[in-house]
Amino acid sequence: MKLSGWGRYPALDCRLESLRKWEDASGMLRRGDTLIARGNGRSYGDAALNPDLTLSMLAMNRMQAFNAETGLLTCEAGVLLVDILETFVPRGWFPPVVPGTRFVTVGGMIAADVHGKNHHRDGTFGAHVEALTLATADGEIRECSRAQRADLFRATLGGMGLTGVILSASFRLWPIETAFVMEETLATGDLDETMSLFEASRDWPYSVAWIDCLARGAKLGRALVMRGKFMDRDALPARFAPVPLRPAPAGKLAVPIDTPSVLLNRFSVGLFNELYYRRGRTRAGPRPVHFDPFFFPLDRIEAWNRLYGRKGFVQYQCVLPRDESATGIAALLERIAAARQGSFLAVLKLFGPAGDGLMSFPMEGYTLALDFPLRKGTLALLDTLDEVTHRHGGRVYLAKDARCAPERVREGYPQYGAFETARAAAAGAPPRFASELSRRLAL
Amino acid sequence: MNEKIKTALVIGATSDIGRAIARKLADAGYALQLAARDPARLEREMRDIRVRTGVAVTGRRCDALDEDGGVSLLDMLDSLPDVAVCVVGLLGNQAESQRDSVAAERVMRTNYVGPALLMGALAERFERRGSGILVGVSSVAGERGRAENYIYGSAKAGFTAFLSGLRNRLAASGVHVVTVKPGFVRTRMTDGMALPPRLTATPEAVAVAVLTAVHRRRDVVYVRRVWRLIMLFIRAVPERVFKRLKL
Repeated sequence: MKLSGWGRYPALDCRLESLRKWEDASGMLRRGDTLIARGNGRSYGDAALNPDLTLSMLAMNRMQAFNAETGLLTCEAGVLLVDILETFVPRGWFPPVVPGTRFVTVGGMIAADVHGKNHHRDGTFGAHVEALTLATADGEIRECSRAQRADLFRATLGGMGLTGVILSASFRLWPIETAFVMEETLATGDLDETMSLFEASRDWPYSVAWIDCLARGAKLGRALVMRGKFMDRDALPARFAPVPLRPAPAGKLAVPIDTPSVLLNRFSVGLFNELYYRRGRTRAGPRPVHFDPFFFPLDRIEAWNRLYGRKGFVQYQCVLPRDESATGIAALLERIAAARQGSFLAVLKLFGPAGDGLMSFPMEGYTLALDFPLRKGTLALLDTLDEVTHRHGGRVYLAKDARCAPERVREGYPQYGAFETARAAAAGAPPRFASELSRRLAL
Repeated sequence: MNEKIKTALVIGATSDIGRAIARKLADAGYALQLAARDPARLEREMRDIRVRTGVAVTGRRCDALDEDGGVSLLDMLDSLPDVAVCVVGLLGNQAESQRDSVAAERVMRTNYVGPALLMGALAERFERRGSGILVGVSSVAGERGRAENYIYGSAKAGFTAFLSGLRNRLAASGVHVVTVKPGFVRTRMTDGMALPPRLTATPEAVAVAVLTAVHRRRDVVYVRRVWRLIMLFIRAVPERVFKRLKL
């Protein structure tokens, strides 16, 4: 059946099967096809596509153990983040790292080694994974951790599913007193100011910026920087106090964008950006918000990926080392603004130091993420962005990628050699675990 | 907190529908007794429900294909449940069941003999106690035999009739019997079939329907209401026309 990632580009005919039981994993691996495990299809490009066999993990969704003393949760890889939130937020626990959507699986979060708004303080999701089980090409199910098969463990964090099929994982949840975040939004006038504000916000657990990617000249890099931290129970306003640990926000909120599919052009995006920026500027000062809109603003627009029409879109996300970021991000933004192609979903964030995943995306520096609807000239523009990223010693995020060139990825990920060695030991030669992404990038 | 915690037994708890029902019952605060054929898979569901809900969960092996229809399960339970749900079923393969009497018998016993004996044995105990709710998950396929699935359908027809008789017999006893007819459900049983979305329920929707039926003491429940209408029509077609239809 036709499958694609969240960007709906590319779409490929793939044989899709479900893994339902632990006992079936070995048999499936011994059949000889190449395969890739697929979670909830929220990587953007071609990471979870394999025409030979794409193995849906959504039926492997049992929780296995929870230690209420330590917060250690063990669950199967197909458990969705939204499930974890609904189960554990009412009990006062929250995942250490959450990406921008609740609709990802635990296996997907590990394979992409996702980051959240707290990367500068707490690293990636993988940093909090204590152990995982992996089905490898020989049909064995292997326990991996920092103490046991550490190479394979490090290759699997951010390994895009290429080292095996992640079956389960153990990671620690963190205690929270309330489900509410004190959020502060600050408008900045240019890139310098935006970056200084990130530096000044290092002690905030969560920070991220929406950036106006069409602003040019003196306004280049102007942004709304949002930062937040979970609220203590005694700080909670009276209206939230009756249910301090609500797993989902009260009531349905209005969809912030009510234009369907059409008219995504430089005028509409420019207008949106101007209005959004102005609105943000008037919203100064801290205010309590439920964690759901704070962490997952786009989840409230079901299938927002359809905004970009049938052809789909690509998301470009890169990271530049810290000392290259000021010039590099400015150069990227100039090219995007000049091409007038960016969309309204543009995000800037300061990362902390890299973790131990060999192919994990984050490194210390700034990451920029933007959506581009697929049109004539889009892919060419992205190639020029690759040039800039490369020149500044950066790299692109494989979980978002659908079009990068192989050599750019090799250059961007200096630990690729170590990854390849660990993968060969687990995935066999030629590697049993392969995706359209690994084929395209010759990984 | 003084109210006694109610207990629910789910037989066939490792099926997609059984699991969904067990989880909904746990969310509603029932302590659970789960029964299924495969102990390893049962253990997996028990752990899942414990972690998610914190309710007490026990598990027993039960195979509707055993000589006694699995009824010996009832002697192993720690206590007699307040609610018992039977989700045991097997669609089988119609063509195979036509050719192979062993395959046909497996379908018949799994969908009729085992479930009916289990519900019957539970009914005896519930009646003696003077309370309890029995829920049998049957099928719309039992309402009229069709070429496509009449071996499965005939067994479900038997089960539906059994439940209806049981309900009739126990009407004055304080014991209530619910018949659930899910229609199409997106499960392992129907994996790979092209199902019309508007007629197809999720296992969770079946579970919600079961909980509602238990709380409101409903008799016969179609998970998606449109099925009541469809089956009304299907039952009304004269046999000489029906026999030529391809449904």
